[in-house]
Amino acid sequence: MSKKIADHNPGRKLFSSKIAAIVVWTITALWTIPTFGLFATSFRPKEDVFMSGWWHIFTSPHFTLSNYQAVLFGQGDAGSVGGVIPYFLNSIAITVPAVVFPLVIATMAAYSLAWIRFKGSDALFFFIFALQIVPIQMSLIPLLQLFTGGAHIGHITIIPALGIAGKLAGIWLPHTMFALPLAIYLLHNFISALPRDLMEAAYVDGANHFMVFRRIVLPLSIPAIAAFGIFQFLWVWNDLLVALTFSGGTQNISPINAKLASLVGQWGSHWEILTAGAFITIALPLVVFFSLQRYFVRGLLAGSVK
Amino acid sequence: MSISKKAMRAALSLAAVSVIATSVAAVSPAQAATASCAGVGTYAKQAGATVEIFNSVIGQENARYQAALIPFQNCTGITINWNGTNEFESQLGVRVQGGTAPDIAMIPQPGLLAKMVATGKVVKAPATTLANVNKYWSAGWKGYGTVNGVFYAAPNSANNKSLVWYSPKQFKKFGYTVPTTWKEMMSLSDKMAAKGQIAWCGGLGSGTATGWPGTDWLEEIVLRTQGAQTYADWISHKVKFSDPKIIAAFDQLASWMKNPKYVGDVSAIATTTFQNAGMGIPTAKCMMLQQASFYAAQYPATVKVAPTGDVWAYYLPGINPAVKTPVEGGGEFFAAFNSKAATQEVQNYLSSPEWAKARIAAAGPAGGWLSANNGVPLSAYTNGLDALSAKYLADKNSTFVFDGSDAMPAAVGAGSMWTELTNWFTGKSTADVASAIDASWPAA
Repeated sequence: MSKKIADHNPGRKLFSSKIAAIVVWTITALWTIPTFGLFATSFRPKEDVFMSGWWHIFTSPHFTLSNYQAVLFGQGDAGSVGGVIPYFLNSIAITVPAVVFPLVIATMAAYSLAWIRFKGSDALFFFIFALQIVPIQMSLIPLLQLFTGGAHIGHITIIPALGIAGKLAGIWLPHTMFALPLAIYLLHNFISALPRDLMEAAYVDGANHFMVFRRIVLPLSIPAIAAFGIFQFLWVWNDLLVALTFSGGTQNISPINAKLASLVGQWGSHWEILTAGAFITIALPLVVFFSLQRYFVRGLLAGSVK
Repeated sequence: MSISKKAMRAALSLAAVSVIATSVAAVSPAQAATASCAGVGTYAKQAGATVEIFNSVIGQENARYQAALIPFQNCTGITINWNGTNEFESQLGVRVQGGTAPDIAMIPQPGLLAKMVATGKVVKAPATTLANVNKYWSAGWKGYGTVNGVFYAAPNSANNKSLVWYSPKQFKKFGYTVPTTWKEMMSLSDKMAAKGQIAWCGGLGSGTATGWPGTDWLEEIVLRTQGAQTYADWISHKVKFSDPKIIAAFDQLASWMKNPKYVGDVSAIATTTFQNAGMGIPTAKCMMLQQASFYAAQYPATVKVAPTGDVWAYYLPGINPAVKTPVEGGGEFFAAFNSKAATQEVQNYLSSPEWAKARIAAAGPAGGWLSANNGVPLSAYTNGLDALSAKYLADKNSTFVFDGSDAMPAAVGAGSMWTELTNWFTGKSTADVASAIDASWPAA
């Protein structure tokens, strides 16, 4: 890093001082210690885990893969019947559509709310924005009733019973519904800040809304889409409540989090297994985060600076 | 203005949609052939039917349940989905209200059963299940599966809290015999005191739950002196803690577990953990401890838990002869949410002695599973302690009650009753303790 650039950038100068570096490294180390402790514990034998703290690995290193074997393949006495691999795949099957659906709908909705003038578009946007205040916990049971029984007024069926409780679609739909208000709001702010000249030039050249959306808006919005994609991915991947409620107790579509919660055993005596389970669970989110992190920082600033 | 109107209209229509409740009608298929299999019984063949049993059992215990259910599934063709989760209590309510109720739920508290029945979704037990329960369980057990006079749920497993731990080896050494009445137990305590021994061990410490062993002691005495009806009224606060009957129970407990002659340093009971309380029994540091059947797990492998070994347990005797074989404990109940033929067939099987025998066999010699079903001979138990507990639980004439503090409102049963009983052992007066617990009882 040349001195010249640092001189011109006060922020960079502040962070390049020695004291700042020490502070940053100390905080980083403090924040990482618990995760590292968890990581170290996941490789320690059960007896050691219960006898002594994880820092003893430095004085008496003694490692095993048995925790990972127990979690992945259901070996050992942990009694995790069958291992967690099917649940890991369930989590992927739940997460990918639950990220793609809201992104597709929200991008299109954000474009039309930002660039297509129609009566009441502002009111509609405010209404969607306001929907964010609906707490998900409050709507779980009414939604579930809607899925299993439909909606009726007297004998007139307003919405037929969808029959998707206990199926994957029954988990995708709530996740999509609850992601949309924030996704539309975030993308609307980004898309509405795109230069008007670009759009007008395209309209003059004879492009219709779909072409403008496809050729101009979509490529320019990638940072915002990726940022929201990461948000939504992490939220869905880490979710336990929605999946538990809408899987209707069906084990074969339960995500890995539901299995993780039960790994500890009937009497809570298997937490050495939990540590390995936790690391298997966070593997995929870590990959997603690191591969998309440059969008994350850019996307967080979406719409904040013109 | 126009925005808020639209928003209001949309919100109202959303609310209308979500409020409307619906119900799903279940059609029971016609049944034809019956199957009779050794060790299972005779049941209608229901090939292709699936019955989900929602429960709170996970890990190895879950695997044992699944193994025990295999013969029935092979016999009838019914597939049982034994669905265990540690989110059971919260998920059951969500599923029942949301319209995805399981076929059968294994409910561990009578209070939760009553709550589920109040939703109107629980169906009453079929005739065969009712007949099984009438035949094989005591009235007390049937009562806990009954809500507002209608019988819903057959009991599953049971546990016994009315035990006293002692050391057969030390008893033999000093020439003591196991007491069979309360009087004998007290005179034995006097004998031990005369020899300078500490007759009773005790410990209330249990982290944030400190005090619960004390609630058990008080409950045992209330049950033994007043009987099941007063006990039930006490739990529902019709009989207050300051009632003379309960004060009398406090006094009797004081002459036992707060008696310096028997326990040595009384205030030490409040600070000793319940896990450590009975550790001195094998070496005669103290002689006896009132604790539940699960206390056996506290002893290290070097201590032999056997009728002639280092530690064993005897039944805590009754006090009032009008209260026959009082037993305090816990258990689970199978409640059904539909009346499909396959569901009822599973209910019938789960209330039979054949099921209990299959489940005991699946537990193996380590034991840990017992039933109050008196159709199970005590010889079926491979674990002696399970057999001892089952002997009193399955007694047709026994007076069985659920752990009272578990059935009281949490503010009392898992709150003030724990802390106040701990205070009582450190010197707070009985009247003050009773009025403090009464005052903490939640209104309405």
